Amino acid sequence: MPTPRLSITLIQRPFPRIVLTSLWFGLLSLPLMMELKAPFFGLERPLLVSAGVAMAGLMRLAVSQRGGPGAERVQRMVGSIGGAVRHLTEQIDRRVIYVVAVASAVVIPLSLNRYHIDILTQVGIYVTLALGLNIVVGLAGLLDLGYVAFYAVGAYTYGLLSTRVGLSFWEVLPLGALLAAIFGILLGIPVLRLRGDYLAIVTLGFGEMIRITLNNWDSVTRGPNGILGIARPRLLGFTFSSPIDYYYLILVIVLLTIFVVDRLNQSRIGRAWTAMRDDEVAAEAMGINLMKAKLLAFGLGATWAGLAGVFFAAKMTFISPESFTFFESVIILCMVVLGGMGSVLGVILGASMLVILPEMMRQFALYRMLIFGGAMVVMMVLRPQGLIASSRRGIALGPKDRQGSASAAVTSPQKMG
Amino acid sequence: MLVQQLINGLTLGSVYALIALGYTMVYGIIELINFAHGEIYMLGAYMGIITFGLLTTLHLTFPTSGAALLIMMVMAMLFCGACGITIERLAYRPLRGASRLAPLISALGVSIFLQNFVMLAQGPRDKGFPHLFAGEGIDLFGSRISAIQMFIMATSVLMMAALQLLVHRTKIGKAMRATAQDMQMASLVGIDVDRVISATFLIGSALAGVAGIMVGMYYGLINFFIGYIAGIKAFTAAVLGGIGNIPGAMLGGLLLGLIEALGAGYISSEYKDVFAFAILVLVLIFRPSGLLGKDISRRV
Repeated sequence: MPTPRLSITLIQRPFPRIVLTSLWFGLLSLPLMMELKAPFFGLERPLLVSAGVAMAGLMRLAVSQRGGPGAERVQRMVGSIGGAVRHLTEQIDRRVIYVVAVASAVVIPLSLNRYHIDILTQVGIYVTLALGLNIVVGLAGLLDLGYVAFYAVGAYTYGLLSTRVGLSFWEVLPLGALLAAIFGILLGIPVLRLRGDYLAIVTLGFGEMIRITLNNWDSVTRGPNGILGIARPRLLGFTFSSPIDYYYLILVIVLLTIFVVDRLNQSRIGRAWTAMRDDEVAAEAMGINLMKAKLLAFGLGATWAGLAGVFFAAKMTFISPESFTFFESVIILCMVVLGGMGSVLGVILGASMLVILPEMMRQFALYRMLIFGGAMVVMMVLRPQGLIASSRRGIALGPKDRQGSASAAVTSPQKMG
Repeated sequence: MLVQQLINGLTLGSVYALIALGYTMVYGIIELINFAHGEIYMLGAYMGIITFGLLTTLHLTFPTSGAALLIMMVMAMLFCGACGITIERLAYRPLRGASRLAPLISALGVSIFLQNFVMLAQGPRDKGFPHLFAGEGIDLFGSRISAIQMFIMATSVLMMAALQLLVHRTKIGKAMRATAQDMQMASLVGIDVDRVISATFLIGSALAGVAGIMVGMYYGLINFFIGYIAGIKAFTAAVLGGIGNIPGAMLGGLLLGLIEALGAGYISSEYKDVFAFAILVLVLIFRPSGLLGKDISRRV
């Protein structure tokens, strides 16, 4: 019975402190709410203030209760959802789940309208991107804030090669992925020695440099006007044109991504990455070649962004630097963080949520980034491991042990790097 | 031309230095890159406009615009300092001792939150900053230093001198230096580490608030997005000088301003922002400890 306990702890808190913190946030947000024209105070402003104060007060409450019974309760509630999902997937034969999931992904869109199929295609693009970033951030623990640059590399590779050279989609698809991987490694080489926080800034700078270059290099990229009239993919005389065609195309890419990332996750390289993420020095002492592991992470992570970029260019038939801003990087990072760093299932869930929820809340579109920002903080403070924590098991366990490990993950969520 | 570029560069550089101080002080103590610091600077600029609006609406007139400016700066410092402390309590303190990635992502979240909060509250369009300086400026070697430029440089120097005094001559400054050297040891000898960290955020944020007002006056326009690029540049300045090192941040800021002004003047103004990133990458590759970063015992 989580709900009664939670409400009790809310009441038990010293009342004046909640009021004081709320007042404090009101005081902080009030000046920013002031309208500069006469009449000095607009009427809709107080509404915004009170909403902000209430939210801030609740956030403060949640934060101050971290480790307290209330927070633990919330944590456990979120955790048990993730745990239940994982528990369920462990009970049933994995192959059955795969078949059911793939079958429904193939069949269900047939009954949907174009708008919904378009959204599902978006989900596909972002799942590919987020799984790629998950290799870098979630598995290898390297915070990359310029991931969108590789997406741009893929998109512009197809855009340029299609309009100028006339190469087809299928020729460019591996080329774009390869070029993105090369860019990833090129970025990786200079930053090999950097620690996490420096790395974040350098990758951010790298992303911005690519975007500024795309914006200003008029003779090649046509600057802010972008590239128009990119060819649609063709296969054996069939041209991809309706949303459902693109949906099936991205579905194939997504399935390939999931398969490869999952295999990588459980491979030697994947283990090397996780070891490196948790403790670089210890990992090196155990014989892991850090340089190789980091470059592989950058390269393999960027590959998927390149693939997604080529697909994006082919679907939109138009690209411009505007699609590749820093915020795109942030949103992809949010998907990884909210879903659960390092967990493939979590990342897919995160990407789906962050594409579908904003579509459902169109009227709150303005508040989307505000909520993203707040959610990132709350998530880090309350549940840093994301909705579905990544599980790490060395060997296959018996059914009884499985149950034990699933519930252990729920009650004592481990810290994620 | 050259002298004019140097003057412009020094003006911009002294602002970068003021913001860089906040990054460097926080990094020196808790080894966190405070992504939200650029946003604090943006809040300072907005607070300046709002205070000015409040003063004119209340029909408070002053014999000189200097008095109004002083009030604006004090308000911005107070407001930004309060915001800095609050952000630390809310988003960073609960994550102390967590993995290194967690506070970074949390800081990024604060940054996005503040940007969008201001965009929603104050609108996405550019806002004009009041003209408070009518001064002519003076001619120097055929170039002109405007009154605003003189004011910016003088204020920055004053602020930095005050900060140096605070760090080296006061009790809280001593506590800050001790905490930067060894947080655990500092708490063992009776220093309230939480208070020291709060003070660091307060001071750094107040300096960023002043920088916000100065840039607002210099360019005449502000918007909710100015904190992003200024934050990255100030961070570059801090790294250039050696992060964690206060004189380093000042030197790095001035150098970065000069390089950028010269680059924009002689190479290409379109790629102005690329220079800052290129410098950052080069410094990190060839001298990760920065120009003055060797002297570890002096970092605060």
